[in-house]
Amino acid sequence: MRHHASLFGLTLALPLLIWQLLFFVAPLAFLVALSFWTVRNFQMQPDFDVSNWVRIYTREVFWQAYLRSLILATAATVLTSAIAFPAAYAISFKLSESAKRWIVFILVIPFFTSYLVRVYSLQVFLSDAGILNAALGYFGLGPVLMLNNTFGVLVGLVTLCLPLVILLQTFSLNFVNRDLVEAAHNLRCGPLATVFRVIVPSAKVGLIIAALFSFILSFGDFVSPLYLGGGNPPTLSIMITDITKSGQQWPRAAVVAITMIVSLLIVAFASIRFAYKERGR
Amino acid sequence: MTVTRDRMISGTLKFHLFLCVVFIFAPIIGSFVFSLNSDRFPSLPLGSFSTEWYRLIWEDPFVWAGFFNTMIVGFCVAVIATVLGFGGAYTDYRYKFFGKQIYMALALLPPTIPVVILGLAMLAYLSRIGLSGDLYSIIIAHGVMCSPFAMAIIRLRLSQMDPDLEAAAWNLGGNEWVTLRHVVLPFTFPAIIASLFITMAVSFDEFAVAWFVSGLHETLPVKVLGFLQGQVSPRINAIGSLAFVSSISLIVLAQMLLRTPSTRSRSASED
Repeated sequence: MRHHASLFGLTLALPLLIWQLLFFVAPLAFLVALSFWTVRNFQMQPDFDVSNWVRIYTREVFWQAYLRSLILATAATVLTSAIAFPAAYAISFKLSESAKRWIVFILVIPFFTSYLVRVYSLQVFLSDAGILNAALGYFGLGPVLMLNNTFGVLVGLVTLCLPLVILLQTFSLNFVNRDLVEAAHNLRCGPLATVFRVIVPSAKVGLIIAALFSFILSFGDFVSPLYLGGGNPPTLSIMITDITKSGQQWPRAAVVAITMIVSLLIVAFASIRFAYKERGR
Repeated sequence: MTVTRDRMISGTLKFHLFLCVVFIFAPIIGSFVFSLNSDRFPSLPLGSFSTEWYRLIWEDPFVWAGFFNTMIVGFCVAVIATVLGFGGAYTDYRYKFFGKQIYMALALLPPTIPVVILGLAMLAYLSRIGLSGDLYSIIIAHGVMCSPFAMAIIRLRLSQMDPDLEAAAWNLGGNEWVTLRHVVLPFTFPAIIASLFITMAVSFDEFAVAWFVSGLHETLPVKVLGFLQGQVSPRINAIGSLAFVSSISLIVLAQMLLRTPSTRSRSASED
């Protein structure tokens, strides 16, 4: 009986475990090994050579791309969080239950639309002779340069992150104890003070997790930087696609990828620590 | 005085929410409009109504090839991810064991890894073991990326199941397999179908990892990426609009399945 029980359990539990070990953990582990391989005569060879790391880390282009990736992801995160918060607040505190359900459903829709198609559509909106500039033209304004610059990238990244961040923020605001808000109100705490002294601190963990997701998405995205930002200067994600698609220098792409993962892990741990830190004096 | 002020604050917040929704949906609706517009580079005022772009993709054999590849991958991924996800969800629901946290982390982490990194890792690894550059390469990769979604959906449904239901079936002499077949599967049936639809929809739109590992066997999203790199063409909008309609149909169906309380589970528990 006991034997059957374990056979049953293993049959259900193991396929997922095996699949993820074989096709998720192994590829990522292989990436680390690959970064020490060498390329000779256009052939990758198993090796233990730090030359890829030296080659990448001594190039100024790499550090510029790293800096640009960090700045873009940070800017997109701050921007998205700031735009999302009043929206999430409105959903959580000002809407009726049925309106809440509708808006949540509406905000889920973008996850199932092609990001590429949205970016292409944004190109049409933002280009010099595009929709927005034509609209500005009616008022005798513009044309304003909105494509192939940082503004374009940020528009794309905010489009990518905003629905998710609004949803995550809304969920965390839904858990804020309403009695607490009522109490603050009764103690003549103004609306803004209530938001910043009561609501934000008690929803802190969720708000930070939402921002973290936004950072991860923005840091890893290559579509907006390339097709709305012009790709120059590149970001780390663009570097990976360029190196990988243009030849056999995959070990160098692996170096860039590992650097990205380690950076993301550091950001993730730091922000989770910060999220759960007790509010000190 | 404060009432009017509160109302103003509330109105401003709702208006902000409205603007956010407009901002999020402008590109999506724009793409629809541009797909039915004659201009190659749409601007204001818009050109005339035209189904030219739809005709072009209809007549493009490469688009059809991409479409069939997308369908094959989507179906296989949906089945694989849902089977894997069901196993994972049931394991989490039923068992406590040493290392469970690691098991759960492995099961749920893939969506947090940036797709370029996942793409590169999969490409390098799969080509090393001779599995890259084909449709099954995409299926393998999408299986990894979609099973967490399947697992989450089915786990949610399992948490609504009365734990006594299974125990009752065992007491009545059903072994675990029979109970799984006649109690658990019928109860989770709506979630299983929803998971099939949602994982299929995720696979339909995934372009980055598919682009890395697919080689010459491009799916539609990879094709769209190609259009984006080459000469710009409103065919992207036409493909995007059709993909949008199919994805949304899948999601709405999944939503309806998850909302309606299952009648099948009730009949199963009466058996």
